[in-house]
Amino acid sequence: MPKTKSKRQQQIEAVALYPVDWLEERSGLIGGLRYFLFRKVPAETNWFHTLGSATLTAFIVQAVTGVILAMYYKPSAELNPETGKPIAYESIETITNDLTLGWLVRGMHRWGSSVFIILLFLHMGRVFLFGAYKYPRELNWLVGAVLLLMAMGEGLTGYLLPWDQTSYWATVVAININANAPIAGPFLADFLRGGQEIGSETLTRFYSLHMLVIPGGLAGLIALHLYLVVRLGITPPPWTKAAGGYEAQPNGGRPARTGLVNPSPRGNGNGGRERRES
Amino acid sequence: MADELERPGENGESQDPAAPLPAPSIWPFGFALGVALVLVALIISSWVIVAIGAILALVFGFLWIRAATREVRATPPPEPAALTADVEEEEGEEDDGEPRLSRSLFLEGATLGIGAAIGGIVTLPSVGFMVLPAFLDQEYEQIDLGPLESYPRDQWVVAKFRGTQAQPDGVARRTAYIRYNGQQDGTPSFTILSNRCVHLGCPVQPQGLTDEEAQMIETEAGGVELFKMAPSGFGCPCHGGAYDIEGNRTAGPPVRALDRYKYSIHNGRLRLDEPYSVGKVKGTGSDAQIAAYDLVDPGQHVDGPEQFFYPYVP
Repeated sequence: MPKTKSKRQQQIEAVALYPVDWLEERSGLIGGLRYFLFRKVPAETNWFHTLGSATLTAFIVQAVTGVILAMYYKPSAELNPETGKPIAYESIETITNDLTLGWLVRGMHRWGSSVFIILLFLHMGRVFLFGAYKYPRELNWLVGAVLLLMAMGEGLTGYLLPWDQTSYWATVVAININANAPIAGPFLADFLRGGQEIGSETLTRFYSLHMLVIPGGLAGLIALHLYLVVRLGITPPPWTKAAGGYEAQPNGGRPARTGLVNPSPRGNGNGGRERRES
Repeated sequence: MADELERPGENGESQDPAAPLPAPSIWPFGFALGVALVLVALIISSWVIVAIGAILALVFGFLWIRAATREVRATPPPEPAALTADVEEEEGEEDDGEPRLSRSLFLEGATLGIGAAIGGIVTLPSVGFMVLPAFLDQEYEQIDLGPLESYPRDQWVVAKFRGTQAQPDGVARRTAYIRYNGQQDGTPSFTILSNRCVHLGCPVQPQGLTDEEAQMIETEAGGVELFKMAPSGFGCPCHGGAYDIEGNRTAGPPVRALDRYKYSIHNGRLRLDEPYSVGKVKGTGSDAQIAAYDLVDPGQHVDGPEQFFYPYVP
């Protein structure tokens, strides 16, 4: 292949790169993006390593469909005097039955919530079975645990929003389960209900938690989660040479940095890779 | 000997390095006692004892910190003295001496302090507004259930009514199971059971036939519907809790008897007051002996050792 480019090609390239260079010079964003996308990963990654990205994708789907649903949903427990139905429930009916493609977007949000939770658990199982929660990634495991709790909080608060019999009584039961935590339980339940009974305050409160408070926290913690992933690197599967080579040494070497992409060189001259032969 | 036994720093001098351990002290015990008092008092909901425990913990904690840091606090004085001595040696250039509070340190502290103040001023009312309304001014409205003649003696009825004017109709509906027990000591006696299951709050249903036609009673608060029924007990559709006719648990997961409502009679009309929780009911009808407690959430024990896990919620 000829390496030289025609002058025209060079000109086109220069024009295309100019805005990129402009942005890079003033923000460093392009370099950051390259660092994020083209970082080194272990050679033997496999499909299980995509579960985290899949979970992130599910979250993005929830965020996007949720924003659109919020344009049509009305969080009001008041009854429509003409039909006798709660306004919240009616707006869900309208989204599902009347609005163009509303059934699809609501379905994506409704079923996507389950997909999100399932993927979270699969991702957590992968991390657990690969030992990816170990040093130096304990903090990321903790962040992930909080993310799981917040996602389940999204599930709880979102379930009430259709305001039908199922969601109402399921929320009654869920809040009363909360109320049975020792000491703090009754206070937590009163906070969630916005009083002593589930009513219209509970609906608006859950709506605010569901679309503002918890998603904000989720987004922030996901950013922290990703930062730690990039900083600490990806764990190779435990059956690979890469994982085996960096295990702790029986002869008392430095503590293992399992799976770190660029581990600092060993001081014992063993080379770090052929430990498993004894 | 006596000098060696003295606690380091007690005589104001700098301690000798041969004493590595702090002397035994009584302050940690008082501190632990205070903390334990606070925790116990929180469980048994005695705010007086909470206050006593908190004061104990604070006082002993302060004394403990003071005793523990005596050594450290005793050390610094020589250094400033040395510093000033140094400065005094170079007396000619006193302006160049290290000022106590440098300009950058002051600006740093001012920025952080003002930022914290602004943050607090903005955040505290918001958080208070988010949390406090759920706990304050929570009162049950009294509900007119119609004239006493609507309730025949020993006849169970399902009463459906608006429980509160503050909520829209769909969530304001309440149901109670009512039986008139006849006169007792010259005053009418009623058994009024809440339909809230004391397991997790689902609505309990009467076990037995219920009239399909309602008897409507006009009230100012939107009317009351009465359905005659002949229940053998009550059961919950969610998790199978079962209660007898007085509300005592007979099977399933509930932890106490069904909640009841207080009531009063005004101008010959039955009025529903606030609900209360019940441990156990002995006897029936107007002779029933009811172990009454303040209203608590479903699933919470009101008697037995488990009750101490659930504080009173205002």
